[in-house]
Amino acid sequence: MGISVKHISKSYKNVKALQDISFEVKPGELFGLIGPDGAGKTTLFRILTTLLIANEGTATVAGFDVLHDYKSIRKHVGYMPGKFSLYQDLTIEENLEFFATIFGTTIEENYDLIKDIYVQIEPFKDRRAGKLSGGMKQKLALCCALIHKPKVLFLDEPTTGVDPVSRKEFWEMLKRLQEKDITILVSTPYMDEAALCDRIALIQDGEILQIDTPEAIVKHYPKQIYNVRANNMYQLINNLNAYKYNHSVYPFGEFIHYTDSREDFEPADLVAYLESKNLLHIEIEKTEATIEDTFMELAK
Amino acid sequence: MRFLPLQALKMKRFIGFIKKEFYHIFRDRRSLFILFGMPIAQILLFGFAITNEINNVDIAILDHSKDATTKEIINKIAASEYFSIKQIIEKESDIESIFKKGKVKAVLNFEKDFSKNLIKDSKATVQIITDATDPNTANTISNFINAILQKYQKELNKDITFVYQIVPETRMVYNPELKSVYMFVPGVMTIILMLVSAMMTSISITREKELGTMEILLVSPIKPFQVIVGKVFPYIFLSIINAIVIVVLSIFIFNMPVQGSLLLLGLESVLFIITSLALGILISTISATQQTAMMISLMGLMLPVILLSGFIFPISSMPIPLQVISNIIPAKWFIIIIKGIMLKGVGIQFIWKETLILLGMTVFFIGLSVKKYKIRLE
Repeated sequence: MGISVKHISKSYKNVKALQDISFEVKPGELFGLIGPDGAGKTTLFRILTTLLIANEGTATVAGFDVLHDYKSIRKHVGYMPGKFSLYQDLTIEENLEFFATIFGTTIEENYDLIKDIYVQIEPFKDRRAGKLSGGMKQKLALCCALIHKPKVLFLDEPTTGVDPVSRKEFWEMLKRLQEKDITILVSTPYMDEAALCDRIALIQDGEILQIDTPEAIVKHYPKQIYNVRANNMYQLINNLNAYKYNHSVYPFGEFIHYTDSREDFEPADLVAYLESKNLLHIEIEKTEATIEDTFMELAK
Repeated sequence: MRFLPLQALKMKRFIGFIKKEFYHIFRDRRSLFILFGMPIAQILLFGFAITNEINNVDIAILDHSKDATTKEIINKIAASEYFSIKQIIEKESDIESIFKKGKVKAVLNFEKDFSKNLIKDSKATVQIITDATDPNTANTISNFINAILQKYQKELNKDITFVYQIVPETRMVYNPELKSVYMFVPGVMTIILMLVSAMMTSISITREKELGTMEILLVSPIKPFQVIVGKVFPYIFLSIINAIVIVVLSIFIFNMPVQGSLLLLGLESVLFIITSLALGILISTISATQQTAMMISLMGLMLPVILLSGFIFPISSMPIPLQVISNIIPAKWFIIIIKGIMLKGVGIQFIWKETLILLGMTVFFIGLSVKKYKIRLE
């Protein structure tokens, strides 16, 4: 009753947006599609929400086929597109009421489902949606997508353009919704949010790179990662890139994530090399792999 | 989910949708202005300012004879409400300069010994020189002056009986005073109904596409058909109000008579409103943005309505190809219908053909847009 995707492919003219995508989302699961802009996430969402037809493959959502049973799917899913898509000239309350009405329900009927979210924006319920901040808009959009108690919820990049505090709150809300037996498919370009999903699919250029739990994905990272830091970060990157034994070099916050191609790598060797390049205050320490590291490794 | 009978649920959904549409309309100042400001502005503009009737036209007199007859003619002209004598000039060369200054629209040039010639040869000449930079006005002026001269001539001849004489007497029926406002009201009404219905609906549907709300509406139980009906319903209502405002304004401000049945006028207007709405829906299915929808409505609908519907330029004086093209313009048929009802007072038996054509066009446009309407994004 969750989502089942089998060998879905989709191309626009000569661009292949999706290539042979297959995965399963179990009922009640919070599943993340992680990938950069242009990876094909929105196309996949539109196919699953019956807005587009795939060139190849089949998919079912809540047990309904996306092609033949599209009318049933439209009754039972909640969809929040990537672009803010509510009526800007209607107030919070009017938007919510409108979506409740077209889904044949009322705000009161499913109030318990949206209560946690709605109380945060309720003080502004007479304000027009166009005048809300990014975080409030997302909360309203989520309320509107939930108002008919959908079986499956599709959230396309719900936190893009939202401040860090609201992002955190938003994910807490998703966790609570999951407890109410709603299957959630969420996409995001932010790797740190991936860790909050039950399972994730890493997607790039229309292909799925890996599907697993966030923990397993990190655990299977093949190499030891080192945090490297020095007085001149720009020069450090250049020198590491020029180092003949390097396997990968990525800036990561205040450090550089470095992996070496040798099995018997000794950090002291690298320190000696960097010192020969006149770098000072060199720090090297082991660190845990993150989903971002995995993604970069897979996307290589 | 609470159980509601299906019909009641559908009705509630439909009402909810229409409520939302009215919020959109009343919260957008621009669309409000187009809806209600435009009709009033246009009807007043066409009624008062843009007119080719003549009223107190300034003319000049060049009288070479200055005798009793010319004096009498001049008095008659001055006494009419159509002309006022601005200047008396003395020599031929003044004619050119007075026209160049643009002070007068016409000059009456009486020949020398006007009375004497009239008695001696029973023939005297007066030259009417008009400023034809505006040909329509020049034509009307010369006709009016001619009429005054003819009338005077008749008075002179009333004691003499001619055996054979053909005197053409022209009578303008349906608009005897040649009031241009009578011509413009049907045209303006057509334009307004077209504009409000077609442009506003096409814009309001494409707005949903552009803002992405159409995506959400598609992923909901509301059917595309219901979205469309919900979209056009408020505009039917508002267009009817507009039609009423226009008719009321023309009756009370311009004393325009409505000869025929008001009910028939109303029904025909509703038919034309639906034709225009169907066109609006069709436009919205082929345009992705509000801008495109507006451009198509303006270029594709407004221009043909103004130029080819017979509103300003008579269809019979158009080149044949344009006359043929004018047949596919719904506005042409509607203008024929409302001119018939308002000015001639005819009933349905005289305009059923035009009504049927409009009806056919409406069914065609609706069919086409239903076929073109997408239940998905592409």
